[in-house]
Amino acid sequence: MSGAQNTETPEAASGAAPARRPGAGVGRVLVAVYAILALAATGRSVFQIIDRFGEAPVAFLLSALAGVIYIVATIALGARLRTLALVTISIELVGVLVVGTLSLVAPALLGLHSLDPFGRDSTVWSAFGAGYLLVPLVLPVLGLLYLRSGSARGSARGATGQAKA
Amino acid sequence: MIAGFTVAQVIVTCVAGLLCTVLGLARRRPNDLTLGALVVVEVLLLAQLVIALISPALGNQPHGSVPLFYVYLISALLIPPLAVFWGLIERTRWSTVVLGVAAFAIAVMVVRMQQIWTP
Repeated sequence: MSGAQNTETPEAASGAAPARRPGAGVGRVLVAVYAILALAATGRSVFQIIDRFGEAPVAFLLSALAGVIYIVATIALGARLRTLALVTISIELVGVLVVGTLSLVAPALLGLHSLDPFGRDSTVWSAFGAGYLLVPLVLPVLGLLYLRSGSARGSARGATGQAKA
Repeated sequence: MIAGFTVAQVIVTCVAGLLCTVLGLARRRPNDLTLGALVVVEVLLLAQLVIALISPALGNQPHGSVPLFYVYLISALLIPPLAVFWGLIERTRWSTVVLGVAAFAIAVMVVRMQQIWTP
């Protein structure tokens, strides 16, 4: 370690991947997890809307909204669009906290009939994402931490630098 | 679905997930072992598809929603090819971790499929 600002991984330092920004790789795993969650949320909402939209329209539209946001966040992280990633991930965090709280405190407001996270009308954000092993609650936090970290900024520098120049 | 086969499938898939995650964190790039593990996961899913197609004719009827079951099964079938494709084009250790994440997601989906099938 040559200096205080040297946060390079041993892999990058040893020259194994000179073209790759340090830590950019961890972001790829984040992209993969986001892609799977996007698939899960979208798949579920499409099925709910086609099969039984009338049962809980608010919850199902929230499911669809969540699915779209996860898709956009996946693309933003993958394409290193930092601002778009920041916005979508922030919406996710607010969404899971608000909808998670509402689903427990006032389920009727969302048109939910049961609190079962695997139930017929639950959304990806119901009960803080318990139906998805709480991944929807943890993932935005990890996403924001990743965007805050120097590695994400480093890999986004190319794009923002171009914009400034 | 057949409960015994599902249990075996979930165990194998979780072992594949653990193997890929551990090897990825141990800085291994995707290799024959880790990519092969995902191929095994895919073959088991194809077997599950055959079982699901034949079972109703033999009196093993799905209890829950059939379309929902197939949404899960078809989504799961798409994941290993995508993860392997990723592992082949991006040759980093993190792609090995991605293979593991994909396997764990499939394990969860198979458990859900079993829940949908049985009362």
